[in-house]
Amino acid sequence: MLSYALRRLLGAVPTIFVIITIAFFLMRVAPGGPFDQERTLEPQVMANLQAAFGLDLPLWQQYLRYLGNLATGDLGPSFVYRDFSVQQLLGAGLPISVQLGVSALVLALILGGTLGVIAALRQNSPVDYLVIAVATFGITVPNFVVAPVLSLVFGVWLSVLPAGGWQDFSLAHMALPVITLALPQVAVIARLIRGAMLEALRSDHVRTARAYGLPLTMVVGVHALRAASLPVLSYLGPAAAALLTGSVVVETIFGIPGIGRYFVQGALNRDYTLVMGTVVIVAVFVVIFNLLVDLLYAAVDPRVRYG
Amino acid sequence: MPRWTPGCAMADIAHDLAQAPKGRSLWATAWLRLRRNKAAMASLVVLVLYALLGIFGPLLWIHDYRSVYTNYVRAPASLTPYPRAEAIIPGAEAALARARLDVTSVEFDGGTVRVAVTSAREIDPRVTRYLDRSDFFSGARVADMAADGKSALLEADVARLLFVFGTDQNGRDLAARILISIRISMLIGALATSVALVIGVVYGATAGFLGGRIDNVMMRVVDVIYSLPFIFFVILLVVFFGRNIVLMFIAVGAVEWLDMARIVRGQTLSLRRREFVLAAEALGVRRRAIVRRHIIPNVLGPVIVFVTLLIPKVILLESFLSFLGLGVQEPLTSLGVLISEGARNMRAAPWMLIYPSIALTVLLFALNFLGDGLRDALDPKDR
Repeated sequence: MLSYALRRLLGAVPTIFVIITIAFFLMRVAPGGPFDQERTLEPQVMANLQAAFGLDLPLWQQYLRYLGNLATGDLGPSFVYRDFSVQQLLGAGLPISVQLGVSALVLALILGGTLGVIAALRQNSPVDYLVIAVATFGITVPNFVVAPVLSLVFGVWLSVLPAGGWQDFSLAHMALPVITLALPQVAVIARLIRGAMLEALRSDHVRTARAYGLPLTMVVGVHALRAASLPVLSYLGPAAAALLTGSVVVETIFGIPGIGRYFVQGALNRDYTLVMGTVVIVAVFVVIFNLLVDLLYAAVDPRVRYG
Repeated sequence: MPRWTPGCAMADIAHDLAQAPKGRSLWATAWLRLRRNKAAMASLVVLVLYALLGIFGPLLWIHDYRSVYTNYVRAPASLTPYPRAEAIIPGAEAALARARLDVTSVEFDGGTVRVAVTSAREIDPRVTRYLDRSDFFSGARVADMAADGKSALLEADVARLLFVFGTDQNGRDLAARILISIRISMLIGALATSVALVIGVVYGATAGFLGGRIDNVMMRVVDVIYSLPFIFFVILLVVFFGRNIVLMFIAVGAVEWLDMARIVRGQTLSLRRREFVLAAEALGVRRRAIVRRHIIPNVLGPVIVFVTLLIPKVILLESFLSFLGLGVQEPLTSLGVLISEGARNMRAAPWMLIYPSIALTVLLFALNFLGDGLRDALDPKDR
């Protein structure tokens, strides 16, 4: 198992390398630069700035330099947020994004799982249709609609929760962003669990368990749910990686200092190192979560074995 | 009727064919099944309505989406026409204060206002323009002028304006903005999807048909693009192409073709081993012709289903980009732009958030339901 995990991690290195390479050159092909401002800088000033950040070198040298720094864990200085390194910026934002993402994920798993199981147990009943309707709603309504509407209703009209802003460890500030992040995930998970559960309930091993006279909670909660959780697991890999690395929309609307907003701001400002930093983080998260999912898969499904 | 039938036997065979039970084609069956799906048919009606609104709405609506009514900034949504009675007299006073006239009395009955004004100097009859310039009044005229020209009675009709969805922060009619943004969003959805469709089908069919090493390389490329952070990729494309709406279709389409390519490749791989393709190959039909005549028509079913589900995704993506300020630019607008403006103004003007959100949500719902319905209707496993 451990050697499998290690091999997988090593195998991911070329993937990350290709992603970094493509992102690096794509970014540079785009017109504009980090020091373009309303007011054009004096040529000498511009040249000095470029030299200070190593932008005067040929592109391939910059690329090699970036890779070299990256190998030592150095993501470089931010071009636009002066006096901050990319590590500092991401280091400050990532814990917040992760905190929100993990909360949303846990909420989505509990809520989505419960809804899905209930719907499957009561197939074609009003409860089932209600769950399907809620799931369709959650998948269809985009988060940039959900977020401001929640903020309007709970933050402004009812004034029960803060409409935006962030304080560390404040549940009230987390509530609306977490709900916004969790809603589409609840919908997808409920749908996946419902479908898989329906199939699992008809399977032989569940029928056997029932025939043995096991209590229903045991049959559903252990035997059927175990089989039904497989499709959710494979969905969760990329979804968790996306959740934990922050959401531009949620962070913009609720004014949260996470790392999601750096994707957009970084690309717009041509803050090359910051964009590359976010790309690296996302790529690493995707690789790790896919690996985690595969390992969990083996734990849940005894037919899957990794040597 | 078979083409090779000799002329003399044709009548008999035609007779037999008329007697035989009529077979239903795949498409006729699918249509029958779709018609039984109430949610899908309701969605179809909604979509036709949206298309009509998008095409004709901006032409026929009482307001132009570019007209600015400075007197009606953030006017709440209302079914009774503006101006409100209590706003008329202050409105007339404000308009004439700009003309440096002293208002002695303002009368207002139903459709017209009568304003008596005095001034230290002689009154120029052209002051009526100050009244006309206000969005409250039209057809202002001098009803009576004193002999010395220092006092006058002005008359003006009250201009009745209807803002069913209210106005935005610049005083533009929100209903007109929503109509034009429905047009833009649906246009982008259709065009970007066509781009994705063409690239995806050609790429996928080629990879699946050629197979082997070329297929491997081509699908590796898809995998790599797939693993790039999606937002980053779109933003780069938009930044690269500039904020041009036509180029945005292409940028969005260029990102969304990956799934399409995968689906088509999978279908093509299995089609390739079917007898009719082998027969065509044995007959010496050229590869390009096989792809065009045999492969593409046969992958059409899953592709159509995917397309109906891709359109809402593309509309969503466009709205998302517009929400970030990267999409459609003023004075044109799209549902994403309206929602982002609504989010910024939601405390003072909640209707600016609510109506565009409803418009977008209904559109996305209809597209999703229709897509699901089509999938059920075309799924051969479920026959």
